[in-house]
Amino acid sequence: MGKWTRRGFISAGVIAGGGLIVGVAIRPGNRASELSKHVTGEGETLLHTWVKLDSNNVVTAIVPHSEMGQGVGTALAQMLADELDADWSLVKFEEAPAISEFANYPMGKAMLLAGVDMPDFVVPTVDGVLIRTAQALDLQITGGSLSVRTTGAYGMRVAGAAVKEMLRIAAAQAWQVPVGQVVARDSQMIHEATGRSEPYSSFTAAAAEMTPPASPTLKTPDEFKIMGQHVQRHDLPSKVDGTATFALDVRVPNMLYATVKRAPTFGGGVDNIDDTLTRAIKGVVDVVRLPPAEFSALVGGFSSAESVAVVAEGYWQAKKGMDALNIQWRATENDAVSSDTIFAQFDRDISAAVDRQPDVSEGDLAASMANAAQVIEADYRVPFLAHTCMEPLNATAVVKDGFCEIWLGCQSPLSFRQAVADSLGFEVENVTLNNCFMGGGFGRKSRADYAIQAAQLAAKVGRPVQLIWSREEDVQQDFYRPAVQSRFRAALDEAGNLTAWENTYAGKMEPIEAPLIAYAVAAKEIGHVASPTHVPLGAWRSVDHSQHGFFTESFIDEVAVAAGQDPYEYRATRLKHLPRQLAVLRKAATEAQWDVPLAPGRGRGIALQECFGSIVAEVVEVTVKDGNLSVDRVVAVIDAGYAISPDGMKAQIESGIIYGLSAALYGEITIKDGAVAESNFHDYPSVRMSKAPVIETHIINSGETMGGAGEPGTPPIAPALANAIFNATGNRIRQLPIKNSTLNV
Amino acid sequence: MIVITVNGTEQKLQVDPSTPLLWVLREQLALTGTKFGCGMAQCGACTVHVNGTAIRSCVTPVSAVSGQKITTIEGLAPSNNELHPLQQAWIEEQVPQCGYCQSGQLMSAAALLAKNPSPSDADIDDAMAGNICRCGMYSRIRKAIKSAAGVQQFDPALVDFVQEVTNG
Repeated sequence: MGKWTRRGFISAGVIAGGGLIVGVAIRPGNRASELSKHVTGEGETLLHTWVKLDSNNVVTAIVPHSEMGQGVGTALAQMLADELDADWSLVKFEEAPAISEFANYPMGKAMLLAGVDMPDFVVPTVDGVLIRTAQALDLQITGGSLSVRTTGAYGMRVAGAAVKEMLRIAAAQAWQVPVGQVVARDSQMIHEATGRSEPYSSFTAAAAEMTPPASPTLKTPDEFKIMGQHVQRHDLPSKVDGTATFALDVRVPNMLYATVKRAPTFGGGVDNIDDTLTRAIKGVVDVVRLPPAEFSALVGGFSSAESVAVVAEGYWQAKKGMDALNIQWRATENDAVSSDTIFAQFDRDISAAVDRQPDVSEGDLAASMANAAQVIEADYRVPFLAHTCMEPLNATAVVKDGFCEIWLGCQSPLSFRQAVADSLGFEVENVTLNNCFMGGGFGRKSRADYAIQAAQLAAKVGRPVQLIWSREEDVQQDFYRPAVQSRFRAALDEAGNLTAWENTYAGKMEPIEAPLIAYAVAAKEIGHVASPTHVPLGAWRSVDHSQHGFFTESFIDEVAVAAGQDPYEYRATRLKHLPRQLAVLRKAATEAQWDVPLAPGRGRGIALQECFGSIVAEVVEVTVKDGNLSVDRVVAVIDAGYAISPDGMKAQIESGIIYGLSAALYGEITIKDGAVAESNFHDYPSVRMSKAPVIETHIINSGETMGGAGEPGTPPIAPALANAIFNATGNRIRQLPIKNSTLNV
Repeated sequence: MIVITVNGTEQKLQVDPSTPLLWVLREQLALTGTKFGCGMAQCGACTVHVNGTAIRSCVTPVSAVSGQKITTIEGLAPSNNELHPLQQAWIEEQVPQCGYCQSGQLMSAAALLAKNPSPSDADIDDAMAGNICRCGMYSRIRKAIKSAAGVQQFDPALVDFVQEVTNG
């Protein structure tokens, strides 16, 4: 194989995956049967972890990711089907069951070893270790905008090509003709010279005896037939007639319903409960105290406080019972904490800069500052945010005879299964997890707190229980997007050139590169201080990019204005070393007609952010009239390398923009007396139809390494909007949400 | 005992009369297409028709609709092998992402088109104001409503109701 090239990386993944995942179904003496019982039905042969071919010639892509709206199953199936030269009408997908054999090996490999160069002889060892690591990390996760670019690129495509290769060999052997003369097309093997043609399914038995090819040849983009095409999502018919089964729709015989309330102040607990009135309500079955929960894991670990549940014959009785409970919550050391005290703490910690950790330190900052013609400074802030998935958290559990079966929607089925098993004291093999369609995820459904509650309730009452969180509980017991304060100082020379960039912020999560800037500058110092609070934190669509995109792309706008230059031109001048970024920025400006002047009261703003392997620029147009803001139009450009499913990618960008726009305009979780003040959509609003701008999305297929689509649309919207407001009014927005700012022209 | 007609079928219910219609549909009648989102008429996921008018079933006590004709997402299509023009348009425009809010979006849109066959953008804004989509598919919803607006349609429950009123 020689050098560890990208192609080699993929093919080695197949050899190695074959050790446990890829080859298992095919090589004699390994775990084929164990996998088969989970994914194959009558008359089917398991050929590959990600591929199933049944006797009707139907190909099933087994997708190790959860569907939360992003259409992942369809995109991954396109990648498989194209390499396999399958008839698209004969392709289905299903989500992999939550067992460790489906641990997301290619994703683990891409995350842990991306770009690593190593000699061939080490490969089997590394792969062996990696598989165990992937299982240990429970990497059957959906997040980081990773599905298509890891599972798709390193799993699905290789799987499709490998299976096609085996079927061709099997056909050639059956027909006694050279392999080179056998052509695969639309799920048929064809031998032109003899006019023979048979469906793939005729050769599955023979193919299942073979060792998969080490390096199946992948198609080049000019050979793609299904990738890059608009195909309809498989899951939509069931989502327009009410038949799609979300976790909330699961029905188990003899099932009870429950709702729950956790101590409002994070880390609190119960002092005393008077449940007399609750137990008097007809239909109430039990009032249950659930202990604090803790789950340690590299992905999705958390701790949460004690809670109280009411179990009843129906949700309405459970809710009435909850409302009738008289609970005295224990006093905590955080009962006086508020958003004001938290931001005062951030401000103090940034100023003190004790144990400031550098993210980047380049050039001579002090000299650039000392020689500056102009130095500008600004502080930015963003609040905590909740996720508010449309489907409130819920889970349905049955616990009986040492076994647990649970139905829910989650982003990390294997770690949820482990968390449920741990909480019940069961071996993980005795827990079956059924992952349903998710009514939104956005990062919230990577924490298993609600799964543990449901399992413990089912164990306690001895009947199946469907636990349904109220919207109020969902808003007040989230794992929040961190509130962050970020302080900037920039130096400009006589000509307005940016010569120094200094940035210190309080609160860091991931990814590490989120606060870095692409723009050329001689000296930069970017770093952070720790300033922990008692508020539980979690990943929120685009994670730290949602805060830092707003900060850095607003402050560079301030720098351009201080230099007396056009904000788009100022950015472009400083991106000459990054042609991909520059191309995306240029296309956004062109498509948005950046140079065409707008009427008074209207404004245009631009922002650019690279995250999760994709580069996105957005231009926003606003109108501000009598202090009222209207977001009229958003032009977005994404370079994610290659769009497998262009309409799906556009939908993801539209979605990311509206999600980020809700946060920019209204999103604010306020801490008061140690707890969350907001409770439902009336005080934690979302963008609605009348406020939704026209969105035009343009895709650049640069051919570079593929990036994600689920998250990169979100970070640029807040700064592009704030910059547009500045352009229209001269009001510089340095704190979100914008609803708290008065806009005067 | 409370009697309601749901998707053309009469249902006799032994239930706490204060129970919101939403939970009766989901738990007593196994019609789970209507969704719970907020419990306070803020998000529209629970939207159904009562005599052709879109209402939020999460705040409507079942006693308040006693004797009324209710249509849910399961009863929107004219027959088992035919979709409502809006459902067809929803697929053509690839509207849903997670899909959880879409039953409510479709019911609000259907009530709009039944009364206003060619709605303006402002009409659409008004009629859809009570429905949140956290996946943000508003531009696709608007497009799908407009494309379906060209197709003749009717709400069976509304037609029945109008006939009853007309016939006294």
